[in-house]
Amino acid sequence: MMKARINPGYVIGLAALIIFPFVVTALFPSSDKYYLHLAIQILLWSFIYTGWALMGRFGLTSLGHGAFTGVGAYVTVMLWNYAGLTPLIGIPIAVILAVALGLVVGYPCFRQRITGHYFALLTLALAEFVRLCIVGLREYTGGSLGTQPHRYGDGISLYAVQFEPNRVLAYFVALAIWVIGLYIWHRVDRSMDRYALEAASQDEDAAASVGIDVTREKLKITALSSGMCAFGGAIFGQYQMYIGPDTVAGLGVSLSIVFASIAGGIYVMLGPTFGAFFTQMLAETLRVAIQGSETLKGLLGSSALALDMAIYGALLVFFIIYMPKGILGTALEWLEKRKSRYRR
Amino acid sequence: MSGAMLELENVSAGYGHFQALFNVSMRVDAGEAVAVIGSNGAGKTTLLRVISGLLPATSGKMTMEGIDLRRTPPHKIIEAGIAHVPENRRLFPRLTVEENLRMGAYAKSARAHFQERLDYVYGLFPRLKERRNQLAGTMSGGEQQMCAIGRALMSKPKLILLDEPSMGLAPVIVAQVFDLVRRIRSEGYTVLIVEQNVAQVLKVVDRAYLIEVGRVEKSGSAAEMLASDDIRKAYMGI
Repeated sequence: MMKARINPGYVIGLAALIIFPFVVTALFPSSDKYYLHLAIQILLWSFIYTGWALMGRFGLTSLGHGAFTGVGAYVTVMLWNYAGLTPLIGIPIAVILAVALGLVVGYPCFRQRITGHYFALLTLALAEFVRLCIVGLREYTGGSLGTQPHRYGDGISLYAVQFEPNRVLAYFVALAIWVIGLYIWHRVDRSMDRYALEAASQDEDAAASVGIDVTREKLKITALSSGMCAFGGAIFGQYQMYIGPDTVAGLGVSLSIVFASIAGGIYVMLGPTFGAFFTQMLAETLRVAIQGSETLKGLLGSSALALDMAIYGALLVFFIIYMPKGILGTALEWLEKRKSRYRR
Repeated sequence: MSGAMLELENVSAGYGHFQALFNVSMRVDAGEAVAVIGSNGAGKTTLLRVISGLLPATSGKMTMEGIDLRRTPPHKIIEAGIAHVPENRRLFPRLTVEENLRMGAYAKSARAHFQERLDYVYGLFPRLKERRNQLAGTMSGGEQQMCAIGRALMSKPKLILLDEPSMGLAPVIVAQVFDLVRRIRSEGYTVLIVEQNVAQVLKVVDRAYLIEVGRVEKSGSAAEMLASDDIRKAYMGI
């Protein structure tokens, strides 16, 4: 057997991420909250994107993972606000419900061999279904305005899984979750299931003929992926202390999950993370640029705020056509080629 | 009628409202090589898909060493000892040769013997060992066919189903592919092979069934089939 070797790059990277909040607090005492907020968002979304990419890399392109983040966040908060149930139990319940939802939709799809475009459309409907449920139950969920989990004490509590006022704590929660996400990816990458799913995505008949239970394999990865997204959604809601159909559920979230993951690269472990970094920074830069620019505002009015979505759309087209392996995937491939050229 | 490894009795199957097989009965004994010949669209591929469970039979009886194949889901068929080499080779093109072979030993019963089988297949086909790290989709047609057969051998099957191994290959490669078939025969595997290349395949097998429009029209030893005027006229252009 191969000995497990830990890439020194990972150790250095993780160490840098661990000291990051302290460096930021020391260097920017007045704006540390803002930088930490950005980092937390990137880490939490990275976890969600990684969860999505676990399916996406095997050709199971879901446009409906916003349904799972939505279920994760909303079920957790509803149980807390209306039943007083601690998210320590509420989050597992939300994750189980999301997994069940994923399996209920996935089973007929995989049984009937619905793949590609048709699978994407079906999952698109799923995201919309969950959003409509949230809006329809507005007495509890606050409808399209969203709602907030009741604050518990001073807002820092393990029992209530609330940590928002302490940004450094929130950062480490997000970092831990992100590392777990990467570990899950690594485990899947090393498993026989990965080969089975890769085989099935290339040729379902041939896969079945070598003894792969294609439906079962797809259901397994769907369960894992939807569970991760639900968990990520729940934690994101707890961190934001606000949940809205547009921030954790629905189509917009589903599509940004797809966009960010593809932009970063869905075939390499850190691809989705890179995608999260890229899109968060892009959104932030655009927001600052648009808000700071009187000419843009004068030209487009308040619709300038939607400009980032338009740019996303254009970029998505660009990535799918010219960089299907994503930024990180393409970069790593390029490095690999250079290295092998030098070796010769 | 004991001694049959694979036995089909009045098996019918189809796609939706279209019936492709009508009451097909046939048997393959242990150690035999049997061909199913016929023209395009006669139902040959469908027959193999039914045997390996990829297409459910609508009626009839189908057993492999006494195991009811109609009650066996497709991914379990391989554990009954049947390995299918599908039409057009159907490798996993973006996996390497060795990964493709690994997939051949995916079934639980086969995983434990992976290394042993890999050595065996590499011993049988040294070319695959040379190409182990190459993406399967980038090999030539003949090499791909070799890889597909190698993949089937990984599960240590008793019966190998070969679906048109010569399809789409240049004549000189076709001869090599039939050589491969001869070799796996001599290794003791039972072979059921579907072919349009009637003249060539009849030189490799013991017996053959002729299928026309979903029905078995004729059967007999390879020599009898070769001597039949009908077959010579219709399928060998003589």
